[in-house]
Amino acid sequence: MVPLSYYLVLSAILFACGVTGFLIKRNIITIFMSIELMLNGVNLSFVAFAAHWHALAGQVFVFFVMVVAAAEATVGLAIIIAVYRTRETLNVDQVNLLKL
Amino acid sequence: MISIHLILFLAFGAVALAGAINLLAQTHPINSALSLIAVMAALAGEYLLLGAEFVAAVQVIVYAGAVMVLFVFVIMLLNAGVEEHTKGSRVAVIFGIPGVLISSILVAWTVLQHSGTEEVAVGALPGAPKTIGVLLFHGFLLPFEITSILILIAIMGAVVLASKPPTGPPAASPAGGPRKVD
Repeated sequence: MVPLSYYLVLSAILFACGVTGFLIKRNIITIFMSIELMLNGVNLSFVAFAAHWHALAGQVFVFFVMVVAAAEATVGLAIIIAVYRTRETLNVDQVNLLKL
Repeated sequence: MISIHLILFLAFGAVALAGAINLLAQTHPINSALSLIAVMAALAGEYLLLGAEFVAAVQVIVYAGAVMVLFVFVIMLLNAGVEEHTKGSRVAVIFGIPGVLISSILVAWTVLQHSGTEEVAVGALPGAPKTIGVLLFHGFLLPFEITSILILIAIMGAVVLASKPPTGPPAASPAGGPRKVD
């Protein structure tokens, strides 16, 4: 028996790590991975609450979050490839203009 | 009293936490990607502890498998190297890390303050694929179908975005090398 709050704290810490990576990382791919880390932290909250309230809908929500994350990763990585093709860099500090 | 469930929770949580911190500490994207895979595998263990077998399997197959393979593939395709830091990124480190530390400690403290005696029993929830599937195709049928359309649009968007622009000045792209595919 593990208290529910332990799961929530772990989820919050993972989410905070994701936010930190989003803020301090300069590589656009690593920033994208930080977003995935945040999504994983939220998923852990969903599953813990589903187990706590005996509501299976939480797990279905996690399923939908995973699907949306997969679609997001697909489109985002395609955008990264397109950005690299025009800018020749992955550093977000050098991608600061809308127009070339 | 320390149960085996608590020990397993702490072990998987420690692995997830170490992976998340390693993701921040590494400077090369491929190391960060491998750390993220470790985090996802540890989270799959946590899901199994919570009785969510289907979610754990999907986590390993879709997240740690498909999505991270896509990430590693793009890292290798673009030949991503060690990231270089600028003045702005150092400001983000100075202000970002303490802010996030404070906020996460605040959230953890608040959650632990308001936690009652409720506990999560292992295997208390029937997370078998059959029950999930029944719920998915009865109660959540419309979101499921909308999600399929979303995936279709994502596939088309990825193909359109990642494909080469058809019309372009041929002389203006002198960068050769690995791009001379077609």
